[in-house]
Amino acid sequence: MEFTVDGLRTFAATGGRPFDPARPAILFVHGAANDHSVWHLPARYFAHHGFSVAAIDLPGHGLSSGEPPTAIGEMAGWLGRARDALGLERAVLAGHSMGSLIVLCAAAEDPAATGKLVLLGPAAAMPVHDELLDAARRNDRKAIDLITYWGLSASSQIGGHRSPGLWMNGGGQRLLERADDGVLAAGLAACAGFSDGEERARAVEAETLLILGERDTMTPMKGGIALASAIPDARHVVLSGCGHSMLAERPNETLDAMRDFLLPAGL
Amino acid sequence: MVDAKLPKFDTLSLHAGQQPDPATGARAVPIYQTTSYVFPDTDYAASLFNLERAGHIYTRISNPTTAVFEERIAALEGGVGAVATASGQAALHLAVATLMDAGAHIVSSASIYGGSHNLFTHTLPRFGVTTTYVDPRDPGAFEAAIRPETRVIFGETLGNPGLEVMDLPRVAEIAHAAGIPVLIDNTFASPALFRPFDHGADLVLHSATKFLGGHGVAIGGVLVDGGTFDWADSGKFPTLTEPYAGYHGINFSEEFGPGAFVMRARAEGLRDFGASMSPANAFYLIQGVETLPVRMARHVENAREIVAFLDGHGAVSWVGWPELDSHPDRELARRLLPKGCGAVFSFEIGGGREAGRVFIERLRLFSHLANVGDAKSLVIHPASTTHQQMDAAALKAAGIGEGLVRLSVGLEDPDDLIDDLDQALRAAARAAAPRAAE
Repeated sequence: MEFTVDGLRTFAATGGRPFDPARPAILFVHGAANDHSVWHLPARYFAHHGFSVAAIDLPGHGLSSGEPPTAIGEMAGWLGRARDALGLERAVLAGHSMGSLIVLCAAAEDPAATGKLVLLGPAAAMPVHDELLDAARRNDRKAIDLITYWGLSASSQIGGHRSPGLWMNGGGQRLLERADDGVLAAGLAACAGFSDGEERARAVEAETLLILGERDTMTPMKGGIALASAIPDARHVVLSGCGHSMLAERPNETLDAMRDFLLPAGL
Repeated sequence: MVDAKLPKFDTLSLHAGQQPDPATGARAVPIYQTTSYVFPDTDYAASLFNLERAGHIYTRISNPTTAVFEERIAALEGGVGAVATASGQAALHLAVATLMDAGAHIVSSASIYGGSHNLFTHTLPRFGVTTTYVDPRDPGAFEAAIRPETRVIFGETLGNPGLEVMDLPRVAEIAHAAGIPVLIDNTFASPALFRPFDHGADLVLHSATKFLGGHGVAIGGVLVDGGTFDWADSGKFPTLTEPYAGYHGINFSEEFGPGAFVMRARAEGLRDFGASMSPANAFYLIQGVETLPVRMARHVENAREIVAFLDGHGAVSWVGWPELDSHPDRELARRLLPKGCGAVFSFEIGGGREAGRVFIERLRLFSHLANVGDAKSLVIHPASTTHQQMDAAALKAAGIGEGLVRLSVGLEDPDDLIDDLDQALRAAARAAAPRAAE
């Protein structure tokens, strides 16, 4: 669906069902130079299990217009305005990688508007390797290759996709290639410039779930556990053998962790 | 200095798509000889059927053994995903059915496999899909043939049987400017020699029966999605960009992004048409793919020796091999296929049809049959077999003469192959000129 935020066209996938602001809502926020499509399984699942779902394309990403923001705080503010534009007073926030920083900040800034909080591959700070950042600034192909290399566990680089016939390396690379020049660099710079995750974490009032990859080299598991300890009401799940790209590497385990957290009554 | 140390081609040939079996630790890919899969609960089942979670439902749609084959070929071709099919022809039909509806049009190279020609010329028109054939050496001809209703440009990396080399980068530019994708049959080259996605193709198919398997024991096909084509931007592909009632209004392009085509091909194409690969065949084909780069290097090495022998033989009128200076596509072949032009090629025997008949019947190591890409050397006479449905004009347009013989050079010792060809050529020459020989 399309809606308007700050006067600009914004896209969100709704998981195959119409978005109804009267129902409990989940806002999914993707990582750097990604888009809504990384959430296709959980978006469809929760849309068919009682939620209204908006897997949002950040400005300048996917099908949304505008320029990509260059600071996490800026994106968190934008997310709050997107929530308002969707007619929501309160929503579950879920973010992956850079998206986890955005929803962490959004939850800290507006506790009343945040239902539960789900952080996938988060960290209190996300330093970015200089060579990766430089390559992204040059729109050099090397940036995409490095993200593929660091974003998947060594095991996942060989494959074994749970969705039959899909090749993780290729899917991730094509998604990054779709981003306009400068979008990846903007996202990585925003991650590199973010450093007050612990302070933000302490301000979170929402019940929080962190989903961590045991073999995550981009946001190591230990950092995620430390972040969890700073959030007043948090629990974490570690996905065995998984890297940073848990939505591709462990789609069902990721979905199950979210389901158990968001649908506590079970099914 | 950091480098992305992603697994390379030869490693992917052996490993891509497979983790040691989680149940048994089996190193080889097990054959999951099962039709169906137990659902742990009703919600799990419902979510699998509604594309809300990953997994297998029924082997017509997916199977763990077949999925390894699919993922491995997607990795080797550099795509986002693949769908295995019952044959190469099923892969071509699946591509067409996923891309277009009645009223659509295809622009195809004229030099294609006879079975593909049959589908385009005789079968698809009954369903409202028509085809215009063009010279694969003339990118301008592709451009001129494109109509508003054209939905794909189709060609083979190496034309059949003349080994015309398509200028894929140029043709892809033309197609993309018109908002349509390029589908390449990469059977003759295999990804070990040529990866069409690196040169602008959007979709790739194989008859896996040929070099991918290499053993001649299993029929199969595979359709690979490069994930590069922007279906929404084109606006010509409602099957991918508009809600599909067959899955509760799913919009494949919106929901799956770069994987839209391959998801639709499986979700609709295998579900409804059902031309799926058996897990046993997937297992056989995986065994072949594991040695693909090694085999292809040897195939090319042997083919070069055979071509050198034939090119200097008095009983041979010409040899059609893009690496020869006499071939019109030699420069393009050097640029696009530096690893070699495969191991299937044609040559013409002096003396016409009778000489061709004697030649084929006298061969001992080369097997006369309708296949290529086997580890064993093969031979066929296209005018009387694979391309027999084509009339004289179509044969001429495809560069197929009465004395044309197609070889598929295998992995035997090249000296033995040359000896076999030499004795058969001598017999053919005697048959062509019996009185002179006397």
